[in-house]
Amino acid sequence: MKPFQRLNRIFNHLPVHLALILMCVAWVLPTMGLFVTSFRNSEDVRTTGWWTALAARQTPGEPEYTTYCASCHGADGKALPAADLSDPTLIEKYPRSNRLLAMLRKEINGQPHLTDPALPENPNEALEKLSPILTYMQDFSGSSQDQSRFTLRNYADALVGYKGTQNYLTDCEQGVESALSKFKCTAADLLNPEGMGRAFVNSLLVAVPSTLLPILLAAFAAYAFAWMDFKGRMWLFALLVGLQIVPLQMTLVPIARMYVSLGMEGSFIGIWLFHTGFGLPYAIYLLRNYLSGLPKEVFESVYLDGANHWTAFWQLAIPLATPAIASLAIFQFLWIWNDFLVAKIFLSNNPVLTVQITNLIDPRGGNWHILTGAAFLSFLVPMIVFFGFQRYFVRGMLAGSVKG
Amino acid sequence: MNTPTIMKQSRWVPWLYLAPALLVMAVFVLYPMFNTFVLSFMDKTGTQSAAVSCVAGQPCWGSFENYRYALTNPEMLQALRNNALWLLLMVPGTVITGLLFAVLADRVRYEALAKAIIFMPMAISFVGAGIIWRFVYYIETGSGQQIGLLNAVLVAFGGQPVAWLSNPAFNNFALMIVGVWLWAGFCMTILSAALKSVPAEILEAARVDGAREVEVFFQIMLPIIMPTILVVTTTMVINVLKIFDIVFVLTGGNFGTEVIANRMFKLIVTDTGRSMAIAVLLVLLTIPVLIFNVNRFRQQEASR
Ligand code: HEC
Repeated sequence: MKPFQRLNRIFNHLPVHLALILMCVAWVLPTMGLFVTSFRNSEDVRTTGWWTALAARQTPGEPEYTTYCASCHGADGKALPAADLSDPTLIEKYPRSNRLLAMLRKEINGQPHLTDPALPENPNEALEKLSPILTYMQDFSGSSQDQSRFTLRNYADALVGYKGTQNYLTDCEQGVESALSKFKCTAADLLNPEGMGRAFVNSLLVAVPSTLLPILLAAFAAYAFAWMDFKGRMWLFALLVGLQIVPLQMTLVPIARMYVSLGMEGSFIGIWLFHTGFGLPYAIYLLRNYLSGLPKEVFESVYLDGANHWTAFWQLAIPLATPAIASLAIFQFLWIWNDFLVAKIFLSNNPVLTVQITNLIDPRGGNWHILTGAAFLSFLVPMIVFFGFQRYFVRGMLAGSVKG
Repeated sequence: MNTPTIMKQSRWVPWLYLAPALLVMAVFVLYPMFNTFVLSFMDKTGTQSAAVSCVAGQPCWGSFENYRYALTNPEMLQALRNNALWLLLMVPGTVITGLLFAVLADRVRYEALAKAIIFMPMAISFVGAGIIWRFVYYIETGSGQQIGLLNAVLVAFGGQPVAWLSNPAFNNFALMIVGVWLWAGFCMTILSAALKSVPAEILEAARVDGAREVEVFFQIMLPIIMPTILVVTTTMVINVLKIFDIVFVLTGGNFGTEVIANRMFKLIVTDTGRSMAIAVLLVLLTIPVLIFNVNRFRQQEASR
């Protein structure tokens, strides 16, 4: 292609690029907001948008303090040993800005407290300046909180299920009473039933068996459907196709009642069996289609060599079907990992990730830093699976809905 | 039939292979379905006929009392109306967005990257997606800055912040946008595969004849991928009928955003009979789609 042609081509494609990039940005922004927020200092999260995370941080009152007070007291308030503004007990003497103003109007050693610049004469104007200054001083004197811009503390909070007003690590460092009554401040806290750490383990305990079991059962059935002749084969298979779209709402309550009468409500086995039953129709359908698409001659030749179905199944069908099994496994695993309804009903005493997240929601929106961290913890495994096995993942989905 | 005939087998061998799967499905799918159906005619406790909850002097459908609730209760009517709205707006919205992505991405070098970005929401949970969007739609009602993206943009352009999720004028649309965000990738992936299977010669021939790109798309590509569009649409119809998690996390079905599946979930403990009647209603609504699916399967088998 000549340079001119290439330029022309790019120019013709400009609207396409613009539209596509715009849409991609729109798709990424919501998730990015969550991701950035999960690493931000909780105070920042409450007061500023996540998109300002990298902008210069404006602490309220800082500019006023710098103009009026920093020349004598220093930027950190510690310059005058006689009046250490970073000492909380000193600042607590001035709970309101008018008290502070009254003190500042008094002379020190026959001199006005501050002259260059002086505070406005008008008391209201003076108070307007002083109130942010007071907040600022309260901030840097009072709290020993971690003030760095980015932090991993939100994740610690989410993992242990912290619900206090500071954060878990700070509480533990300071030995705060309320925290110590609930936590041990050791690694054991990771398994606190209200935390995401425990929920992560629960999610694994649910998802792994609920993926393997249906695939194993489905493989046997699919082999029969693909390579064996029996009465009613077509009808049974058509029934399976229909069962695939039965909403799970249709089966929840009777199974829950069945478990109660058997005394196995809230058990992991119960939820494994539920997912197995519910996943089987699609699993059989997918594997049967894959197996019956394999060349007939291969199977005929092993049968001629005297193999029976059992050996043909294990030594031929299963190895050949590995790609389909991989797609299916990924599909089923993610489905269960992301499921909310079934886990909420059958396993609410052992919450999995999705259920635990909904437990953490604060209706007033005061804990975004924890909630975003918690949500990202639950995305970890799906993201790895998605980016690591994208091909299988997409194929599993395609096979289910277009391929026959 | 493509079964090899040389293999001699006794009549019951296939059933040995089928038995475990069939047994589990019988106990955990077929029996519960049947039982749900029975329970839908029972009262709250699931022991007496639903007719006992009839009140003298008020309309009563006897054993069908729970269905009277499911079809006439104001909250249920609202849920049905909302689900219809989702079907009318969100399904076409998602399919068209997916198709647009597929067509656009097909023309650029960074196709794989663009597709991965659009498809990514499919990998995460609906609950997680709900949190993501709760944050986008968040409104700060106090004096502080808006930390939700959408309201911050509004305010930056001089507008007033909006309670996206609790204002009945548009909260349903806010929820549907989340749905489109989630499922457009699914539609895109399937439609993109269909687009790629359109023979290049046909397209080239049309272009040589002087057809504009738009004409090529509407007159040649679209008819060829129409069957796939239908399949995607039916899948989306089913997804939307069952829509639950998004609504549960974002609004809990409050402020006029109730949907069928959420109603069913709310009643599951307090009033099993009504809840099950709603579940049956949900299945009845999916039956047309089911028939379509089975028919398609039959056609495929016939053309094998
Ligand atoms: C011209 C220098 C100067 C400036 C400017 C100045 N201060 Fe001071 N400030 C002092 C000195 C000196 C003392 C110590 C007086 C003493 O020895 O008790 C003091 C003491 C204080 C104290 C302690 C009073 C107490 O209760 O013991 C406070 C609080 C204080 N300053 C606040 C402020 C604030 C707020 C500002 C800015 C609005 C400010 N100062 C500006 C010089 C200054």
